[in-house]
Amino acid sequence: MTVVRSRAVRQRDGEAATLARSGPAVVLRWRGAGVLVHPRTWAVGAVLAAVVAALCIVALAVGTQWLPLDDVARGLVGEAERATNLTVRRFRLPRVVVAVLVGAALGLAGALVQAVTRNPIAAPDVIGVTAGASFGAVLVLLAFGGTTFGAGGAAAELSRVGLPLGAVAGAFVAAAIVLGLGAGKGPSFATQRVVLVGIVCHAAFIGLVHWGLTRGDVDQATRAAAWLVGSLHGRGWEHVTGLAVALALLLPVALVLGRSLSALSLGEPSAATLGVRVRRTQLGVFLVAFALTGAAVAAAGPVGFIALLAPQIARRLVRAPGMPLVASALTGAAVLLAADVLARLAVPGVELPAGAVTALVGAPYLLWLVVRSEGQR
Amino acid sequence: MSNRSGWSDAKLGIGIVAAMAALVLVVALGLAIGTRALPLADVVDALRSHDHSDAAIIVWDQRLPRTLLGALVGAALGVGGAMAQGITRNPLADPALLGVSAGAALAIVVGSLAFGITALAPQIVVATVGAAAAGAVILALTGFGHGGVPPVTLALVGLSLSALIVAVVSILVLLDAQTLDEYRYWLVGALSGRGTPTLTTVAPVLILGLAAAVTAVRGLDALALGDDVARGLGVRVTRARIAAGLAVILLTATAVAAAGPIAFVGLVVPHAARAITGPRHGWLLPYSALLGATLLVAADVVGRVVARPGEVQVGVVTALVGAPMVLLMLRRTARAGAAL
Repeated sequence: MTVVRSRAVRQRDGEAATLARSGPAVVLRWRGAGVLVHPRTWAVGAVLAAVVAALCIVALAVGTQWLPLDDVARGLVGEAERATNLTVRRFRLPRVVVAVLVGAALGLAGALVQAVTRNPIAAPDVIGVTAGASFGAVLVLLAFGGTTFGAGGAAAELSRVGLPLGAVAGAFVAAAIVLGLGAGKGPSFATQRVVLVGIVCHAAFIGLVHWGLTRGDVDQATRAAAWLVGSLHGRGWEHVTGLAVALALLLPVALVLGRSLSALSLGEPSAATLGVRVRRTQLGVFLVAFALTGAAVAAAGPVGFIALLAPQIARRLVRAPGMPLVASALTGAAVLLAADVLARLAVPGVELPAGAVTALVGAPYLLWLVVRSEGQR
Repeated sequence: MSNRSGWSDAKLGIGIVAAMAALVLVVALGLAIGTRALPLADVVDALRSHDHSDAAIIVWDQRLPRTLLGALVGAALGVGGAMAQGITRNPLADPALLGVSAGAALAIVVGSLAFGITALAPQIVVATVGAAAAGAVILALTGFGHGGVPPVTLALVGLSLSALIVAVVSILVLLDAQTLDEYRYWLVGALSGRGTPTLTTVAPVLILGLAAAVTAVRGLDALALGDDVARGLGVRVTRARIAAGLAVILLTATAVAAAGPIAFVGLVVPHAARAITGPRHGWLLPYSALLGATLLVAADVVGRVVARPGEVQVGVVTALVGAPMVLLMLRRTARAGAAL
């Protein structure tokens, strides 16, 4: 018992230290209106943005062919040799943009889910939406991706266009099931139940995905299995558009919801007294998070662990109360970019899928998080 | 999930007989139903005569081993789930949900790719090693079951561990199209094409595991009261956990090697059984075995009927039937106001 108590004391001291270290919050006033600003949040955000920019440059420069930085710069504006122009603008740039957008969408979605469920290891990856999107995509691959139709024919075109649509549709079906069954009645969502229902739906959809894998011929199965790991290989501008629109629409909504979300972190009754419409906020947060997840999976496949880890890393960097949404999105982008660079460099001559790297690096980190929180309990 | 004390012993005894009858009924259906339906009279004839008629060949070589294997695997999954829930005192502790099955799957794929192990008997050994490793990781991470880990945390950790293992397996099988082609039919969880050799290899191991489960009953009953009370009763808590855990791992790994990772049986069956028997493992484990066997054989029959002349693998049927059942149970506990 003594051990446990001393751990609790240490944790309390740790929290006090975190608050002290988080630096002073500043209130900016202008004509009677005031905003509470955490200088550290802004500083961390700026540093993260710089890291993302630096990683973008690295991701443009490295690959099967390493380009010097001035070639990258000239390639970007289209004034290098033709081959370099092609490599940078046609192949690497869209891939880097997709990585940034997917990482940001997943990081933001994870932060929203973790904030609304108040569970640091909940993520859209494991509460059904990602698995639903995977099933939708696998169905499209099976329906249109048949080699019998001839590669490069109409069917291949259909599967290229249809795959993201299938993923988004699958994500919506899964989200409807999870929220419909998990919501329950009452003044607020039983968020714990949403997570539980989500876990069950995840397992069921994974079963269906496995069934899908047995249906097609071996080529289709290979393509589907490769897609299911999550990869940025061969992503072009057509993947950017949908994702960029989704983020442009959903990020502002998320930021508006974020204000009520920090009130919710005080507990649902307190939030209600502060004038927050609890149930509506919770529903909105889940919907935005699930839509972001669906868009991300549609573009890059089910890249795992980013939604889980990015918010946790961001929270440790920012050290402010509440879940830092923008910092989580930036962290997600940085993590996915780094994972993709690592995936291209780790084994010379072979390109690993980025999702494999995030799983191999992310899972041990998550397990370490759990061990630590167990020790603190 | 359920705290009801369940039926009286006399009623439970009658219930066991009824459950056995249900199992015999679905096994009979499993022998009669298939691409070619056989009337029950023909099935009985074929079982008696064992000659070279078509019916006898179908029944003896295909349907009987497959159905009996389904019953054994179902019993193993049901008992494994009930014991895992008892060890961790956690209603969501299903070996398939916790990554134990994934560990067995990874070991089998690595064994096949790196060491060329494709025979079933060594595969069971390899799968047991993988399942034990995954189970040890899960138990270590969640404080060996006495830290009072919330059920959802355990499930989330298990799913994450599964995701990691599945990512590794995917990379391995993607390197080789032929491995992927075999792997995908096994991954879904199926009984099709399992013949007499599979049954005779797997049956002794599963029966050994079920026997080990029987010896763990007293320890599990004591663990249910909490570690302190169990110690007061003279039970060595850690030893009881490890003994029961080894039985779970053996049952899970063998079931996975024989039929692939089948989800939901280990989650649904123990809860259904507990609603009947209450918390005593002396009744809970036999009920879980019978209900698990009945569920899996019934799911296999359904899979053969719904998609004639093809079939839907048993793992898909259990997922589609099991998920709504779990959700229904969640609904009922929520209504009763019980915190999971």
